[in-house]
Amino acid sequence: MSARTTLAVAARVLRQLRHDPRTCVLLLAVPSLILTLLWWMFRDQDLGFTRLGPPLLALIPFIVMFLVTSVTMLRERSTGTLERLLAMPTGKADLLGGYAVAFGAVAAVQSTATVVLCVWGLGLSVSGPVWMLVVVAVADAVLGTALGLYVSAFARTEFQAVQFMPALVIPQILLCGLFVPRDELPTVLGWISDVLPLSYAVDAMSGVTTSGSGSPWGVDSSVWGDLVVVVAFTVVALVLGAATLRRRTA
Amino acid sequence: MNDEAAVVARGLTVVRGGRTVLRDVCFEVSAAQVTGLLGPSGSGKTTLMRSVVGVQLGVSGEVGVLGRPAGSPDLRDAIGYVTQAPSVYSDLTVAENLHFFARVLGVTDAEVERCVDAVDIGDHRHDLVSRLSGGEQSRVSLAVALLGQPQLLVLDEPTVGLDPVLRRDLWAIFHRLAGEGVTVLVSSHVMDEAARCDRLLLLRDGVLIADDTPAALLARTGSADVEGVFLALVEGQQR
Repeated sequence: MSARTTLAVAARVLRQLRHDPRTCVLLLAVPSLILTLLWWMFRDQDLGFTRLGPPLLALIPFIVMFLVTSVTMLRERSTGTLERLLAMPTGKADLLGGYAVAFGAVAAVQSTATVVLCVWGLGLSVSGPVWMLVVVAVADAVLGTALGLYVSAFARTEFQAVQFMPALVIPQILLCGLFVPRDELPTVLGWISDVLPLSYAVDAMSGVTTSGSGSPWGVDSSVWGDLVVVVAFTVVALVLGAATLRRRTA
Repeated sequence: MNDEAAVVARGLTVVRGGRTVLRDVCFEVSAAQVTGLLGPSGSGKTTLMRSVVGVQLGVSGEVGVLGRPAGSPDLRDAIGYVTQAPSVYSDLTVAENLHFFARVLGVTDAEVERCVDAVDIGDHRHDLVSRLSGGEQSRVSLAVALLGQPQLLVLDEPTVGLDPVLRRDLWAIFHRLAGEGVTVLVSSHVMDEAARCDRLLLLRDGVLIADDTPAALLARTGSADVEGVFLALVEGQQR
């Protein structure tokens, strides 16, 4: 591992984003617009926004970073820059780490804007610490990045890469507790839900909004447990992603 | 092994997807010279170059580069490789591209300036690569390959589609680098570029049909140009 290379890759990814102001605006504005829409939908109903807001806070950075990363990485493969980097003394972990750092930083900015809007603009009730919502959102975003890096190895075209979204992400959204509480799912689906990373991402986010004040830092231990699972999935996806980066190709 | 040879290949055979792309190829690339790898499209030039750089799968036989087996980790900063793909970030400026790769290689900003000057792209320093012409983009890619002063440059069809003036300028750059001690292996499918090389490797259907100086090849086959040499050698082979 080389911190120099990791930071060089992260800075380069962020610089590419800076040259694309439209994407920057979309990244910053869209999550806030979606949550405002959700708040508006449930304005006349009790608890709708309180129940669905936190899962969306977890889902959005995960989905966005999954898509952005898989397309960026695919572009890196098809333009030959990946081959060039791998012919240089670039560690695979440095490359993947750089992506995780860059998109984690983007997610931090994106989530801070969304959380500020939800808590102080739309009145989302959060009994745990508000900063913890941002921490969980960043972890979810890095999980999305890690999975995006991994699946990009199986896509030959950008059309295929985008299709991995409905294939891999929508089932996780259906089973994460957003539509049917996880403990009310049919047994087999409950088991599947238990091994999908997004379930833990959503549980962690919801857990922060209901955390009791008696816990250390005001965060329930179950939230930390969920967060550990999310980080573990991230590490596994990054390791699998590194295995798909081959210096020698056919 | 010859002290003068930067690359030595013995019995290089490459099988890709069940097809033999290179068959028992033997050659040497002399240090501090411009060696041209010529052959028609599909003759195996890119596969040969990838084998030298050490990024090709399915290689058998021996390929030695700077005294080590091709693909050794410590060769990674000794070889500058330019593929036919642009291999630079089109949504970054020229300077941003070079500074990024310089940081990956751990070389200084002064080195970036040297490489910008070497390919004469300084006027476009702050332009996005996507706004440059194809020829300018390939010069940016070449500048990246020059970072860190690699001992061996492997250039896959760097002059393709360029106007004659640019092509002449690029060949002048290759010879200047060779004069500074850099070994240059450059491929082309344009036969008239052969005359600009110190030594030629002619490849056809994965078989090396000649390895000599341009002058010796012209004399041996009694041809007026390298196109004629190629035809004479192919017809000689078939007889």
